[in-house]
Formats: sequence, structure tokens, C-alpha cells
Amino acid sequence: MASKPTPKIVFDHVTRRFDLSDNSFIALDRLSLDIADGEFVTVVGPSGCGKSTALNIAAGLLKPSEGTVLVDGKAVEGPGPERGMIFQQYALFPWLTVRQNVEFGLRIKGEEAARRRQIAERFIELVGLSDFADALPKTLSGGMKQRCAIARAYAVDPSILLMDEPFGALDALTRVQLQDQLLDTWSRERRTVMFITHDVDEAVYLANRVIVMAARPGRLKEIIDVPLPYPRTEEIRLSADFMTIRNRVWQAVYHQ
Amino acid sequence: MSGPAKTTRAGGGPPEGQGTDYSGLALNLVGLVAGIAIWWALTAGGAVGLPPPPQVAVRFADVIASGQLFTDIASSLARVLTGFLLGVILAIPVGFVMGWYKVARSLIEPYLQFFRMIPPLAIIPLAIVTMGINETPKIFVIFLASFLASVVATYQGVISVDKTMINAARVLGARDLTIFLRVIIPASTPFILVGVRIGLGSAWATLVAAELIAAQSGLGFRMQQAQLYYDLPTIFVSLITIGILGLAMDRILLVIERRLTVWQERV
Repeated sequence: MASKPTPKIVFDHVTRRFDLSDNSFIALDRLSLDIADGEFVTVVGPSGCGKSTALNIAAGLLKPSEGTVLVDGKAVEGPGPERGMIFQQYALFPWLTVRQNVEFGLRIKGEEAARRRQIAERFIELVGLSDFADALPKTLSGGMKQRCAIARAYAVDPSILLMDEPFGALDALTRVQLQDQLLDTWSRERRTVMFITHDVDEAVYLANRVIVMAARPGRLKEIIDVPLPYPRTEEIRLSADFMTIRNRVWQAVYHQ
Repeated sequence: MSGPAKTTRAGGGPPEGQGTDYSGLALNLVGLVAGIAIWWALTAGGAVGLPPPPQVAVRFADVIASGQLFTDIASSLARVLTGFLLGVILAIPVGFVMGWYKVARSLIEPYLQFFRMIPPLAIIPLAIVTMGINETPKIFVIFLASFLASVVATYQGVISVDKTMINAARVLGARDLTIFLRVIIPASTPFILVGVRIGLGSAWATLVAAELIAAQSGLGFRMQQAQLYYDLPTIFVSLITIGILGLAMDRILLVIERRLTVWQERV
């Protein structure tokens, strides 16, 4: 798995400072990290460890103060459709239906109507929202909104999915269901995933590798491999191996 | 403003809401009848010195028959709509520019905040001196009133658009123009519509006052004339007409607002 041809995403000594009125603080301090093509990486750490900052820099929504992020060997200059992003607050367009939300990126790409509809249909089905294709977001539950956001990100066919605590606002049960669904979608539509969370179980359950970060200043602390097979199941979630890895990650996160 | 809005929403909602709406409507009616009854009782003895309802009703019939009421309504509405539409048409782009460009905001905002503190009516003397006593000063003052109300709402709407939503559009490949057209405009529509309603309210309020001061026709002018001749029924006719027209225009805007913002999550 962790073979090293060319990494999909490279963080090369990425530093980000925020200037406050009286002083500046370092949100992210010289982060260096390679993520392989098709890999599922989760990033976990306490508040203020710079995990969202790192993700936003990779998305092109923030500029690094120093260092660069390379995607497919090219420096990130701004947002691009090859890097899809999923937000904790869903960020659906509330005036558009599920279908129109999913078609949003396709419209920008200039796809014609019939093709847009066909692609949207496919991803709406993939996330199990076919019965709600013409519903407005306000009628959906939190879990359904996030599934719609995932379909919307997938529709523009990104090779990378950047997910910023996507299940953070959901209840525990819905969260587990969406984790399974995300893995299922990922196994069928393989993408490179960088997934931010502060839930240690979630981090271990989803990932090939867990990136543990530390706060003040935000920096890389440890990378922990998760050599558990996919598809991940309840059995794996309850296994001793899982517990062992989970405990290691827990230690790394909380005993800093 | 949220009170009446809620009643209307229940009425437009699912069937089970209609029962409550009917009883609400019935109560409205009861209140109306009771109000007229009290008015009648108070004025019947001539104690208060105001005209009783039948006298006002007769005057209503007179001015409708002579067509005078409609001439007055037409000239008042023409003024208010011209001023109001000009105000809103200018306010929306200015509000957008202020919300979108920090430089424009810093340049314009001091003036806006300053003029907002001056009641539009206080501009009337200046407007009459510089623009004469024809239609222009009245329309200008109405324009100013509705512009100031709408521009602030539009600009507030633009700056309160959820940043995450803009980022979501950006990562889906949207550039500034697309974000403006497909995110900023729809997301700020609810704010703009509220501003437009407030704008219409202040336009209407300003109109009548403007007509009281300098006009040759219109509902406010008619009241001014009636005052000279101690003609209380005509004053009542004008007041009631002004109230009903204002209410009708506000309801129309409310319906438009509901239509355009069905997507909003309402708590």
C-alpha cells in the first residue's frame, strides 16, 4: 500500500502564521507529509493543532506563510475542481434542491443539461438520496445533508477529497452509518482522502494511516499505520487489533 | 414584523394549519367590528367632536362617485412608486458593491450612516428650495427614504453570507462572477426583501408628509385642504385610504418575499 512512486499530495515544510493585532501565532509549523494516490488518511489532534489549517491550505483556500503543498507534483495556487471538499457545516446551497446542489459544480464545468442530470443521478443514488433528489436541504436531516454534500463533491470527479470534520455535527449512530457509507463509496469510487477529525475511533476505523498532530504550535506528532483490512466491518471495529491501534492513537493524541 | 409574518405562514402551510387561521381571521373581524362600534359609540353623542362612521361612509361614497378619491390615489401612488422603485433599483447594486468591495464600503458607509440619521422629511425644505415645488422634490425625498432603508439591508445581506458556502462554491470551481451570481445574490435575497419592505414603509410614510407640505393633488394634499375647511370626514377618508393602501402594498411584498424564499429554514 504505502509504496512510493509519486505521492498524490506533498506537504513540504508548510508553515502558516496568523497575524493578530498584538502578536502573531503559528497555526501550523513546518508540516511535511506525503499522501499516496488512493490512500485514506485521517488527521487527528486537539483543537488548535492546525489540522483544519493544513486542509484549507491543501484546498487552496488559505495560502501558506512558508513552504508549499504539491498536488500531482504541482504547487497549489488556489482551489481547483480536482480537489473536492466536504465541510462540517455541510455548506449546501439552501435555495437549490439536492439535485441542483449536486449539479452545481457540473454547471460551472459547462456540462450540458442531459449529462449533468445523468452524473448527478448516479452520485445521488450512490449516497442513497434518490428519493430526495428534488427536496430542498431544509427538509433533510443532518446525515442526509452531509450525504448530499458528498455527492456534490464526487460529481465534479475530483481525484482528492478533503474532508473537514464532516461527521462532527452528527449524532453517534448516524456518524457510524456515514462512516460505513463513506468507506463503501470510497471502495467503489477510489479517491485520495484526507479526513480531519477529533474522534480517535473514527480516525482509526477509516484510515490507512492516522496522522496525529500536536498543538501550540500546530505540528506533526506521529504517523500511525492502520494495517487492518478493508472492507472494515463491525467485527473489525470490535476487534483486539483495532483496540490496540486505537489506544496507541489515543496515547499520542492525549499525552502530549 | 415577524408577528404578522408568522400568521400568514401558518395559513399558507399544511391543511391542519387552516383551522387556526380561520379562527384567527374570525378574531380579526371581531376586533374590527368592535373597533368601529366603539368609534360609533364615542362619536354618536358628539362628545369627542369626531365624525361617526356613517358620516365617513357617506363621504367615502361621495368621493368615489365623483372620482376624486381615485385621482388622489393615482397621484399619490405614482409618486410613491416612482420614488420607491428608483430607490430600490439604486440601493441593490450599491449595497452589493459595498458588501463585496471593502474599499467601496469604507468610502460610502460614513455617508450612509450620516444620512440615515437625518429623517428624510428634514430634507424637504432643502429639496423644495433647490428643486422647486413640482413633483421632483417629493419623489426625491421618497427615493431617499426607500434607498437608505434598502441599501443597508442589501449590504448587511451580502456581508452575512456564510463564508463556508462561498468556499464550497470556490472548491467546486466557481470564480468571482459565478459566486456573485449564484451564491451571493440568492443568499442575500431574504435580507434584500426585508429591506425592500422597510423601504416601502418609509416611502409611504414620507409621501404623505411630503404632500402635506407642498402638493396640488394626492391623499396628503386632500387632508391638508380638509383641514382648512374643518372637514373631518374627508380627513378620515384619507387616513383610512392611506392605511389600507399601505397595508395592501406590504402584504403584496410579503407574498413575493414568501415565494422567493421558500427555501429558507424557519425556526
